[in-house]
Amino acid sequence: MTGGRGTRASLAGWLFIGPAMLVLGVFFFLPTLAALLMSMTDYDLYALGDLANLRFIAFDNYTALMRDPRFWQALGNTIYFVALGVPLSIGLSLGTALLLTSRLTRWRTFFRVSLFAPVVTTLVAVALVWRYVFHTRYGLLNYGLTSAGFEPIDWLGDPHWAMPSIVLLAVWKGFGYNMIIFIAALHSIPQELYEAARMDGASRWQQFRHVTLPSLAPTLLLVGILTMAGYFQVFSEPYMMTEGGPLQSTMSVLYFMYEEGFKWWNLGRASAVAFVLFLIIFALTLLQVRISRRYASAT
Amino acid sequence: MSLQTIIVHAALIACAVFALFPLLWMVSVSFMPTGTSSVNPPPLLPHSPTLDNYRVLFERHNVGRYLLNSLLVSSLVTLVSVTLNAMAGYAFAKLRFRGRDRLFQILIGALVIPAQVAMIPLFALVKQMGLVNSYAGIVIPGLATIFGVFLVRQYALSIPNELLEAARIDGAGEHRIFASIVAPLLRPVLVTLAILTFMTTWNDFMWPLIVISDQDLQTLPVALAGLTREYVQDNELMMAGSVVTVLPVLVLFLALQRHYIEGIMAGSVKG
Repeated sequence: MTGGRGTRASLAGWLFIGPAMLVLGVFFFLPTLAALLMSMTDYDLYALGDLANLRFIAFDNYTALMRDPRFWQALGNTIYFVALGVPLSIGLSLGTALLLTSRLTRWRTFFRVSLFAPVVTTLVAVALVWRYVFHTRYGLLNYGLTSAGFEPIDWLGDPHWAMPSIVLLAVWKGFGYNMIIFIAALHSIPQELYEAARMDGASRWQQFRHVTLPSLAPTLLLVGILTMAGYFQVFSEPYMMTEGGPLQSTMSVLYFMYEEGFKWWNLGRASAVAFVLFLIIFALTLLQVRISRRYASAT
Repeated sequence: MSLQTIIVHAALIACAVFALFPLLWMVSVSFMPTGTSSVNPPPLLPHSPTLDNYRVLFERHNVGRYLLNSLLVSSLVTLVSVTLNAMAGYAFAKLRFRGRDRLFQILIGALVIPAQVAMIPLFALVKQMGLVNSYAGIVIPGLATIFGVFLVRQYALSIPNELLEAARIDGAGEHRIFASIVAPLLRPVLVTLAILTFMTTWNDFMWPLIVISDQDLQTLPVALAGLTREYVQDNELMMAGSVVTVLPVLVLFLALQRHYIEGIMAGSVKG
């Protein structure tokens, strides 16, 4: 290849990626770096009007957060949401994927499309339906409970039940997505592995335990990381269902960031919240990768 | 039929009911006259179906305008971002240029950064540019995505180099090669990306909520969230609003579900 053609190709390459890189650079990478700087300033409504009002305050936003019980509660609520929602969601995704790939199953397309439908819906809209399902007096859930002889539950008004209710909405809305990923992964497991296992006299459960699960391990890791990251970013669900209540019991980290930033206009403080959330997600991603490596080398 | 077959199907039917029932009920309640859904036991079907809720939404609550806003914003983002992502994805897969691999690694690494980290400085930036409360402000962050570049690149890797070389020897410029040879070959992945992008933009809530305060520019989800705070008791009206919001994306999904589902599989397995 001559120098001239190499340069021409190089120029073409940069021209092709140019527009996308410009958009990503200006509207994603620049703001992400700016978030770190902004989290060390007292950026507020006055600074938004005139940057001369901006002051550098180093880690004051972070130390203030560490002393703010509302932030700790938001973090605790979010961890509760993740710890309850992620296993439920992945379990349901894997269960339905196994059912859909079973050789016995008929009307596969119908079931696949039905189970996937909630994924494409708009959260704000379906949250309204679930609010009706959870309604204390006229909701279907309490109708079922009282008909069965139980006391009705104030699903969204009781601090103990509000978060589990929101988890149910999130699981319903999201499980179809991972289901599709699991179906693809299950299809890519070579049938010979199962045949060999059957010849060795492996039971159905043993086949699942020793063929299916190990083959799914890389997918489980990917799905685990993505789902966890997604659940940590919960915002619309509590915004629509409970507005963070009752008694702050469904205030998530992002909801807290939204209120700090766009209700009280403490944009510097809000950036610090976003950054802490990012660090937590990042650390947990590394932890999952580490654990799965250890698991992979142990088996 | 064996017992096992029955158990598998019973479980699937239970899951399908769980997934579909809220959606079907939403449609049913949207046709009920005001107040008739707030009774015990909750009614499943309207006794005297009516279109009043939809009429009120469009005539009194300006929902037609929000519908148009959402359509406009989602179409614009889809059109621009599919074009930019396609060009970049192809270049990362098939064109050689300095810094290509390093840059692509940075992009992949940046996939772990949640969009919300950039959101607050982005708001300050958009504000400085004078684009708060404008369509431009809503569409800006979606005009190119790392995920889209990645999806196109994975697909473009399978384009044979000989094809591109032959065109170059024939004297075709890089832009012509892209427009007349590469773009048609990328069609399946571009369709998938277009559907994914349209739906994500249509359903997006937090960014339009932050960047738009002028009612006339609100997208459907933001307008619906605003309506609920005022008309929380009017269940039937809210269900009609939900149907209007969900129906366009649901219909799009049902019409193109194969592309959509295959796209997710491709993005996950090859990645």
